[in-house]
Amino acid sequence: MRVEIPNGDDSPHLRINLKVNGQSVDTSIEPRELLLDFLRDRLGFTGAKRSCDVQVCGTCTVLLDGRPVSACCTLAYEARDRELLTIEGLAKGDELHPLQQSFVEQTALQCGFCTPGMILTAKSLLEEISHPTRQQIQRYLKGNLCRCTGYWNILVAVEQAARRLQPEGQSESPA
Amino acid sequence: MLRPFEIHEPGTVEEASVLLAQFGFDAAIYAGGTELLLIMKEGLAHFPHLVNIKTIPGLDEIALSTEGDELQIGPLATHWELERSPTVKKHAPLFAEVESQVANTRVRAMGTIGGNLCFAEPHSDPATLLLAWGATLELSSADAQRQLPAADFTLGMFETARQPDEILTRIRLPLLSENTAGAYRKFSTHERPMATVAALLEVKDGMIEHARLAVGSVGPVPIRASEAEGLLRGQGAEEAAFSTAGELAASASDPIDDLHGSAEYKRHLVRVLTTQALEQAAKRAVGAVNEG
Ligand SMILES: Cc1cc2nc3c(=O)[nH]c(=O)nc-3n(C[C@H](O)[C@H](O)[C@H](O)COP(=O)(O)OP(=O)(O)OC[C@H]3O[C@@H](n4cnc5c(N)ncnc54)[C@H](O)[C@@H]3O)c2cc1C
Ligand code: FES
Ligand code: FES
Repeated sequence: MRVEIPNGDDSPHLRINLKVNGQSVDTSIEPRELLLDFLRDRLGFTGAKRSCDVQVCGTCTVLLDGRPVSACCTLAYEARDRELLTIEGLAKGDELHPLQQSFVEQTALQCGFCTPGMILTAKSLLEEISHPTRQQIQRYLKGNLCRCTGYWNILVAVEQAARRLQPEGQSESPA
Repeated sequence: MLRPFEIHEPGTVEEASVLLAQFGFDAAIYAGGTELLLIMKEGLAHFPHLVNIKTIPGLDEIALSTEGDELQIGPLATHWELERSPTVKKHAPLFAEVESQVANTRVRAMGTIGGNLCFAEPHSDPATLLLAWGATLELSSADAQRQLPAADFTLGMFETARQPDEILTRIRLPLLSENTAGAYRKFSTHERPMATVAALLEVKDGMIEHARLAVGSVGPVPIRASEAEGLLRGQGAEEAAFSTAGELAASASDPIDDLHGSAEYKRHLVRVLTTQALEQAAKRAVGAVNEG
């Protein structure tokens, strides 16, 4: 994918390469460009949302080399030569990711504004700890706020997804 | 939209320092950016030149000194790494424990220990702990290097002893002796802590030989509660006057009224958290001696 430089701007540009949802992107950015604007306005990935804009709410969460970051307060420059995963990159065609499936089944969302961030943060957690305790899930998701669900169903959905991704008793990588 | 700036990518500490000297107040060191970008977004500061020190190799290393007596932490180690580092967990478990409680998952993934200390935001967990611990900070410029006790580094709210062309290049954490144990307590209602207390106790033959106590987040800078420390010296570890020490720490702390809470409430918290931290540190110290 090639994305062209917006016109009429005198600030310096940098050429960068990165991968977004498995696809390589070769583009120019301005150093001041925030990752969230880059993803939403330039690449059209609008799953990450802007809400608090100060790293508190987590609606803008994306995974940068597998780690959750706040796209609202991260420069697009940081994604150079790295891999980004947004919520758009999670399903395989029509087949939902186990986390997405569990969120649907457990009604772990109402308005859905927090959901991309919740799911991506949970994905990062489950990659590190395949069967987290309730407390570990709470700690990991502490910075992702939800104004609708009351959190309970989210915790249940993450636990269900953990079981689906790796049924208990199957070989687990040592902690 | 942020105002335009240029990003510089030095390959060495010397190069970074030269850039900082050259651009003066127009430049800022850029590490994880979790604080810097916030103030730039809010329009509280503008820097036409950001010096990205992440392009300098080695500044994120975490290792034991060759003498094996201290943990040396590169300023670019993120909270995420410090929380998980097997070296930190093995040699300074209390530090790993505190790091795991900093901010939220995303801030921990990007934010560095160096950025936390150099920004000198008053609500800092590591600053409180490192003060009690007696850590040393290494500051480097193009032609000089100096070592500064953590106690002399933070001067005030958002103010440190760092010169504009200096880079924090290492945090040196002496390993605790076998009969020393510590504990950490914090309380928050918002994202950042409202009160933080770190306690370290050295216990010999059941007696407290040495107590180190730091209180942070309630006022502009973390402070040592030396009167409380003095009171505990020589007392039995299991029956020491921890609650009196808590009261002394509370009156030594100089809390301010702010969004987090009233000064009165914070003083109350300091008293309670200090007592709890001391009790836990004593348990751990006595436990360590019994095990050893
Ligand atoms: C939402 C939120 C919650 C938080 N909660 C907590 C909390 O609970 N407890 C806590 O302790 N902290 C908390 N923090 C602070 C967090 O720890 C810091 O934001 C982070 O560690 C800063 O590191 P950074 O690399 O992003 O710094 P940057 O933003 O890159 O830099 C910060 C400042 O330090 C300077 N600087 C950076 N590195 C160096 C260096 N090596 N030498 C000299 N100067 C340098 C920069 O020029 C800048 O002025 C929170 C922050 C946020 C945004
Ligand atoms: S919008 Fe980024 S954390 Fe809230
Ligand atoms: S579902 Fe509405 S904010 Fe979480």
